[in-house]
Amino acid sequence: MNHDSYPDSYIRGILNTVKTVAMVGFSPNTARPSYFVFKYLNERGFKVIPINPGHAGKEFLGQTCYASLSEVPEPIDMVDIFRAPQFVVPVVEEALKLTPKPRVIWMQLTIRNDEAAAMAEAEGLKVVMNRCPKIEYGRLSSEISWMGINSRTLSNRRAQNLGGGFQRMGLGDGRKPGE
Amino acid sequence: MADAERTPGFDTLAIHAGAKPDPTTGARATPIYQTASYVFDDVDHAASLFGLQAFGNIYTRIGNPTCAVLEERVAALEGGTAALAVASGHAAQVIVMQTLLMPGDEFIASKKLYGGSINQFNHAFKSFGWNVVWADPDDISAFERAITPKTKAIFVESIANPGGTVTDLEPIGAIARKAGIPFIVDNTLASPYLCKPIDFGADIVVHSLTKFLGGHGNSIGGIIVDAGTFNWSRDKKYPMLCEPRPEYAGIVLHETFGNFAFAIACRVLGLRDLGPALSPFNAFLISTGIETLPLRMQRHCDNALAVAEFLSKHPSVAWVSYGSLPGDKYNALAKKYVPKGCGAVMTIGLKGGYEAGVKLVSNVKLFSHLANIGDTKSLIIHPASTTHRQLSDQQKTAAGAGPDVVRLSIGIEDVADIIADLDQGLK
Repeated sequence: MNHDSYPDSYIRGILNTVKTVAMVGFSPNTARPSYFVFKYLNERGFKVIPINPGHAGKEFLGQTCYASLSEVPEPIDMVDIFRAPQFVVPVVEEALKLTPKPRVIWMQLTIRNDEAAAMAEAEGLKVVMNRCPKIEYGRLSSEISWMGINSRTLSNRRAQNLGGGFQRMGLGDGRKPGE
Repeated sequence: MADAERTPGFDTLAIHAGAKPDPTTGARATPIYQTASYVFDDVDHAASLFGLQAFGNIYTRIGNPTCAVLEERVAALEGGTAALAVASGHAAQVIVMQTLLMPGDEFIASKKLYGGSINQFNHAFKSFGWNVVWADPDDISAFERAITPKTKAIFVESIANPGGTVTDLEPIGAIARKAGIPFIVDNTLASPYLCKPIDFGADIVVHSLTKFLGGHGNSIGGIIVDAGTFNWSRDKKYPMLCEPRPEYAGIVLHETFGNFAFAIACRVLGLRDLGPALSPFNAFLISTGIETLPLRMQRHCDNALAVAEFLSKHPSVAWVSYGSLPGDKYNALAKKYVPKGCGAVMTIGLKGGYEAGVKLVSNVKLFSHLANIGDTKSLIIHPASTTHRQLSDQQKTAAGAGPDVVRLSIGIEDVADIIADLDQGLK
């Protein structure tokens, strides 16, 4: 995988199939970027499980926080990493020991560790680095366009409402399967 | 093209960027969302929007879906990460500077600017404590010499109004980068069809949308484009972007919004608090205008070059300043920065001086005598008696608007009719 740029289909494929996301480096401070992403993805139908040893056992938006990935009592589809690049390898090592293994390792905007990425890819996991799943979701759902942000997408199909309100859009691209 | 694996061309972006079919109705043309407010889905949704935790619409002073189409389109055409449309080009400049400067700070601006910007910088901005330091774009080292610890930005026009002169963007951008300050380029006269300043080091691009982007002289508007290139956190010089904001419970905008943080700051601090929002109806007219930008702009350039060639041989004309004209002082720069043409605007010097300028604007029958540029119609003005009237004689000459100078904005009419009108007007 070329980690300098990702095709939209690759990102869309990940966000359309993962349901349970463990967020390593979650902050309960509501002004921090990790809390923004945690809240946003929860509101878009993902189950985001916060991981932070300092807050283990507490609940945030109805989700129990755990001290580490290995303590999460359910399968994890994707690990979203909010840690500086030098701390990423141990997180990926821990993720690869899970049963079942997660399908995706995602490193947040500004975070890239090619060694960790190679480890995960060798085990068949998909890897995304230096991207934010909130921004990518907003971009591919067209929600981000409301903020004047260049979504770098064109389409002759309308964006799909997720239901439950006017301003929550889904990741469908307006095409039926196989179309 | 839903997956954008193929990179669309400029003309395709001019039509499609930002404008997917309306999500609510399927309307293919961009609807005019003429509303002040938007209902919240529920209390949590409202809280998320106000806390900047969700993308969405709250109130048209902060954002509007019709304006958003325009913003995304211009961001795409300029190669930026995001844009913010506002009520005028002047409003764009106020918001940019308010986001970058604190009272007592300085910015360096090219001496060759639109007269309205010279006034804004010299008077209104100084009343806010934002101190302009002028530099001559024909002497690049002047920008470097003007930098002090208080300098927060460099501001130039890509093609300078009114002279038809071209600014050497790349070395000025390098000076800004070395000083760790953003390079702001007003790209109004070129439009992204002729020049994309981000390719030459611009960190922020501003426009008067009233001119070539809207293109039809029917709507006032301005826009700020974030190139996504500047590291706002590196030197901690820009508190609006790199410090916790009390307006939003301690959010740090650069950390939260990454490479479109400047556009967000301009929206959620500048536009929210200062208030110069663009009308959705104007946004509709301007984004419709942009769909034909590539066609119009090339025609403007082709007509302007023909007019410049005609006038350069005319016995009543002392000189023509138009960068694309062979032998022009700025021809080499024009070939580098605006190879498709130097736009529609040029100045000419009349051998008869001030009186001849007044006579020409009175004699023309097709050209409209007014203070605007970038209309489909050909326009004419004598800056010394109008737009640049408030400036001193020295400032007028420095800005390329001396007493003998007439500014033309060549329209997209039949070029033979344009030339015939000038010919009879000069007799």
